[in-house]
Amino acid sequence: METNGDTSVKVVPVRHYGRWAGTFVALVVIAMVVHTMFSKVPVTSGRKICYLANGHKICTVALHWRFYWTEVGQYFTTSDVLHGLVITLELTVLAMVIGIGLGVVIAIMRLSHSRLMSTTAWTYTWFFRGTPVLVQLAFWFAIRDLYQNLTIGLPFLHVTFLNLNVNSITPFIAAVLALGTNEAAYFSEITRAGLIAIDEGQTEAATSIGMTRGQTLRLIILPQAMRVILPPTGNEVISMLKTSSLAMTIGVVELFGATTNISAANFETMPLLIVASIWYLIVTTILSIGQYYLERHYAKGALRTPPPTPLQRIRRDVRGILAKFRLRPKQIAMIS
Amino acid sequence: MVEARGVVKSYAGIEVLKGVDLTVTRGEVTCLIGPSGSGKSTLLRCINHLEKHDAGELRVDGALVGYEARGHKLHELNDKQICAERAKIGMVFQRFNLFQHLTVLENVTVGQVKVKGSSDEAAKAMARKLLARVGLDDKEKNYPSQLSGGQQQRVAIARALAMEPKLMLFDEPTSALDPELVGDVLEVMKDLARSGMTMIVVTHEMNFAREVANTVYFLDSGVIEESGDPRSVLVNPTSVRLQSFLSKVL
Repeated sequence: METNGDTSVKVVPVRHYGRWAGTFVALVVIAMVVHTMFSKVPVTSGRKICYLANGHKICTVALHWRFYWTEVGQYFTTSDVLHGLVITLELTVLAMVIGIGLGVVIAIMRLSHSRLMSTTAWTYTWFFRGTPVLVQLAFWFAIRDLYQNLTIGLPFLHVTFLNLNVNSITPFIAAVLALGTNEAAYFSEITRAGLIAIDEGQTEAATSIGMTRGQTLRLIILPQAMRVILPPTGNEVISMLKTSSLAMTIGVVELFGATTNISAANFETMPLLIVASIWYLIVTTILSIGQYYLERHYAKGALRTPPPTPLQRIRRDVRGILAKFRLRPKQIAMIS
Repeated sequence: MVEARGVVKSYAGIEVLKGVDLTVTRGEVTCLIGPSGSGKSTLLRCINHLEKHDAGELRVDGALVGYEARGHKLHELNDKQICAERAKIGMVFQRFNLFQHLTVLENVTVGQVKVKGSSDEAAKAMARKLLARVGLDDKEKNYPSQLSGGQQQRVAIARALAMEPKLMLFDEPTSALDPELVGDVLEVMKDLARSGMTMIVVTHEMNFAREVANTVYFLDSGVIEESGDPRSVLVNPTSVRLQSFLSKVL
């Protein structure tokens, strides 16, 4: 190559024609979505709006937002909707607490050396994963057909630890029990995966400095397993938030139940569906952000450099885009 | 310090140790050499009760490992008692096995605080002293993944020493290291030997064995083929097996 005594030459970057075409298509689709979301259409009643202009009466068909933003705004923070939202959050939190607590116990049982324990744990998971959660909800709701009193005690010995009148199981409690026991089955599998992902050497090292099995699990294995357990757990929480809407079928007035009740009375189905959807989206967004920071916390030691926070990432992306639009500085490569 | 008489251990019907006798005196360095699969590591793990031997007698500091003689019966010790016994025996692994989620300092303090019941400050002071001894006092805030293999192994030694063990077991401590990192780890071990620590070292480093060991045991297929002073065992081996083994590794 002729360099005319100059050791630098211009470098022509690769042209990504496919990527450019894809970007264009994506832009068009985004524009279409934004346009339709914020467009107005004539009201179905055909109601007209008339006004005077220069002494002439002009009439046009009234318009409304295609996505009923006005109505959505009206219903968004009504007390019924907010109350439903609180019930949804309560259901989610309580069911996850039961699910995580019971799930960890079942996972540890599953890994026990006792054959009976591990089989019991396996059977639990088999049963609760093997039937639809909607059926389980109905089951807990109808439990009074099976038992009049729920008694926890020793069989054949007439020893009772806890006696619960089934009539005191409200739809809310039934839903918490159904969602929680079902979640425990899934969460036990997540925990088990996390526990067996940790190298056996960690257990051996902990054992060799004299830690008991409990200490090893609590101080060494579980904190490291968290890294494996957390991402699917975030998924489970978000999934639970949405699954809790099934509780509506047994009469729990949670978020979806509340919006359904309103639309059943005034037939404004679509605005209220949108209200419910936006609330679900808001909560899942907050949960995702929380999950990100939790994961970052438990990644300590596993990665040489921790991943950037979302803020850092946004800043980096913006800088990248700006750099793209700026005139490309003459790229120089040294020819050796 | 360690007395083994006819120790037998099998995995799934295969005898890995076929009646091993071994004597380790306090303050001495003992090296176990032999081809892989000969049972060296298993013997080490039996001494630490990470594995339970099937037959024979194994005593550490006069006490039976894992059992207590009461009258004419041997009572198996429970989890807690075994842990207390084990805490007095330090172990260093081939793959370091540092706690990945803890910093270097925390790796060395966690056992002191949680097992020995030391205070936080005392544990930290002890850990800093030990890290200085292995030449890593500037790395206490790092995580294991940020260290080289040789550095990790030296932290692992400090972690074991923090429990103030009366006996240190090394399971091929330099086998997973890049050649240029082996020296630092061996230097720390030599320093430890000079300080009078009783050590049992499974190793392939024949120079280390010759230089530091008081006694060398050559294991092959679960039996001790030859043992004695390294200068005679390694220089003038009598058994054919050891002769062929040495000709391969030296």
